[in-house]
Amino acid sequence: MKILAWLTGILGVVALYLAFIVAPEEAVMGPPQRIFYFHVASAWTAYLGFLVVFVASIAYLRTGARKWDRLAFSSAELGVFFTSMALLSGMTWGRAAWGIWWDWEPRLTSTFILWLVYIGYLFTQMTAEGDEKRARIAAGLGIIGFLDVPIIHMSVRWWRSLHPEVVRPGKMQMEPMMGVALLFAVVTFTLFYVYMLKWRVRTEDLRDRLFHLKEIMRQRGAAASRRG
Amino acid sequence: MLECKGVSRLAGHREILRGVDLPLEGGQVCALFGPNGAGKSTLLKIMALLTRPTRGVVLWDGEPVRGRESKVRQQLGIVSHATYLYNNLTAEENLYFHGRLFGIPRLRERVEEILEKVGLYYARRDTVGTFSRGMQQRLTIGRAILHEPRVLLLDEPYTGLDQQGQAFLNDVIRDFRNAGGACLLISHDLPDAVALADKFIILSEGRIVREGSCSDMTAESFDNIYREALEVDRESGDAWAIQFRGEG
Amino acid sequence: MGFLSRTMTVVWKDLMVEFRAKEMLLSVLVFALMVLVVFGFAFNPVEHDLSDIFAGIMWVAYLFAGTLGLNRSFMSERVNDALQGLVISPIDRSSIFLGKFMSNFLFMIAVELVLTPVSIILLKYPFHKGALLLGAALLLGTFGFAAIGTFLAALASNTRASEVLLPVLIFPLLAPVIIAVVRVTDAILGGDVSGVMPAFRFLAAYDVIFLAIPFLLFEYMLEN
Ligand SMILES: Nc1ncnc2c1ncn2[C@@H]1O[C@H](COP(=O)(O)OP(=O)(O)O)[C@@H](O)[C@H]1O
Ligand SMILES: [Mg+2]
Repeated sequence: MKILAWLTGILGVVALYLAFIVAPEEAVMGPPQRIFYFHVASAWTAYLGFLVVFVASIAYLRTGARKWDRLAFSSAELGVFFTSMALLSGMTWGRAAWGIWWDWEPRLTSTFILWLVYIGYLFTQMTAEGDEKRARIAAGLGIIGFLDVPIIHMSVRWWRSLHPEVVRPGKMQMEPMMGVALLFAVVTFTLFYVYMLKWRVRTEDLRDRLFHLKEIMRQRGAAASRRG
Repeated sequence: MLECKGVSRLAGHREILRGVDLPLEGGQVCALFGPNGAGKSTLLKIMALLTRPTRGVVLWDGEPVRGRESKVRQQLGIVSHATYLYNNLTAEENLYFHGRLFGIPRLRERVEEILEKVGLYYARRDTVGTFSRGMQQRLTIGRAILHEPRVLLLDEPYTGLDQQGQAFLNDVIRDFRNAGGACLLISHDLPDAVALADKFIILSEGRIVREGSCSDMTAESFDNIYREALEVDRESGDAWAIQFRGEG
Repeated sequence: MGFLSRTMTVVWKDLMVEFRAKEMLLSVLVFALMVLVVFGFAFNPVEHDLSDIFAGIMWVAYLFAGTLGLNRSFMSERVNDALQGLVISPIDRSSIFLGKFMSNFLFMIAVELVLTPVSIILLKYPFHKGALLLGAALLLGTFGFAAIGTFLAALASNTRASEVLLPVLIFPLLAPVIIAVVRVTDAILGGDVSGVMPAFRFLAAYDVIFLAIPFLLFEYMLEN
């Protein structure tokens, strides 16, 4: 955990340095283009998070082990967080590049739908009745939601392609240093995700252990009061 | 016939059942007693294949049921807390629906026969929503025996029944046993159930604390055994109250 | 008895329940009509030509009505824990799903059969030809809606806020169907059938996928 924290911190500084200082300024857009590194990294991490939800959900249905459910839930929370980041940075980008916050840009639109899907997942985790039932229902949702992701992308792209596409300024020219900065941003965000996920899962474990101890105390108390 | 072995069940972190062994044999009625929250209904649901145990297995004729659930379900008749009836369907339609799910041959005659038997023939065309709880319970019992199961699992089946209804249910259980069926009966009417049953099991906090034969058992002697098994203070009487004292 | 006939037993039961509670079908219909009337007030079909957005309005009304219907389909299973009665029976878990799917599908089709002509009249749509293609689009879109909707309604019925949760779950996941079916309905009504086949193929693919996955997953969702 410690090493991971340090690694994430150091890489974070490097990534910031690369993105803001080393990477050349993009010719057309200027400074706002630097949002791009964090936008792409957030989006990537979000997808990674949802992939983990998907895999953990399948594992839960196959094994019934609580740890998979906790992992899926934790990862979904982080996925929603990074999706929100991707959405906000994407909107900021749109504002800087085209002067408009929201323009139904296909990738951003499907990210928004994705965000809604997993908000629904979190709601379900919070409102479902019964411990195991909740976990099973959420797992079903985690599976079907992820399988819908590529289909949502396809349909949104297709939907936008039916409208005449305005040729916009802001198509970037990628220079080598930009690629390096992007790579560092992606790696940093991924490490950050892993670090946060570990914490989140640990918190859930501790919560579980606490319930367990409470239960033991309750049973002991009941036994004691019965004896005398 | 139906048997559970080493069955444990966790709900979150609570152990609702802890290593329960319970064999049900043909021609026997097994009465299951215990205070509220002891885990009786959970045990019944596990044997009814509605819930899976966390540990342990359910066996049918000595073999694990896993993988042949539907064959075993065909042989189970279940009365649970809820009636599992559709309020918008008539008594006849409810039975007819279940009969089709179980693939019963000559269903029309069988449904009529059952309606006569449970004393609801006169109300067969009325929707179940208009029934009293006791009438619904009669229909539920009819539904449980409709497909001539080999095992009956009854969870507090006397709920809502009048005197005649209770006598009728006792007859059903006796007939069922005499025909070689195995019956698990959860009841809070200790004297009646002991008179009816062949063996008893007392469950407390998810464990079997006592089991034995019901023959030569009088109401008083069983009452003593029950109290002793639950370590219940005779003055305070109610096991339930004591179980929850620790929470305060 | 085979898989299919037991599935049909479930459908028969659902239709019986539906038939007994006629007010449900009627109130869903009236609700959908109200949606149309609200759109009528909002856009004023007397002064404006609504051809461009007609398909969208129509589908909004269907989807809202359909969501209401789905909720109710599993609410009736919760009274007396009636769904458990299906679970204790020896029928295949997936045939429970298939049966519920089919009855929801039929319910939606019944609603659409009434609503489509009404909305054409109410919103003054100049409808001439393409009734067959329109029917195909309705079937394909409704199929996808009923498939994923049945699964999600079953899930949502186990939560504390199922009436609210179902729409929250269903609309994002259904986005591909909404996009495709509104486009293709629009194209058919506008008399431009060139892009119809790809859209139909897309819808058919979605339908198959989202019937198959719940079909496989449903058994896990029924245990308690
Ligand atoms: N799904 C569940 N989640 C959590 N606790 C449960 C669940 N089902 C039952 N319990 C608990 O398990 C215990 C046993 O319940 P039950 O089997 O219904 O008892 P009984 O039928 O003997 O009164 C109770 O304390 C109950 O609160
Ligand atoms: Mg009980």
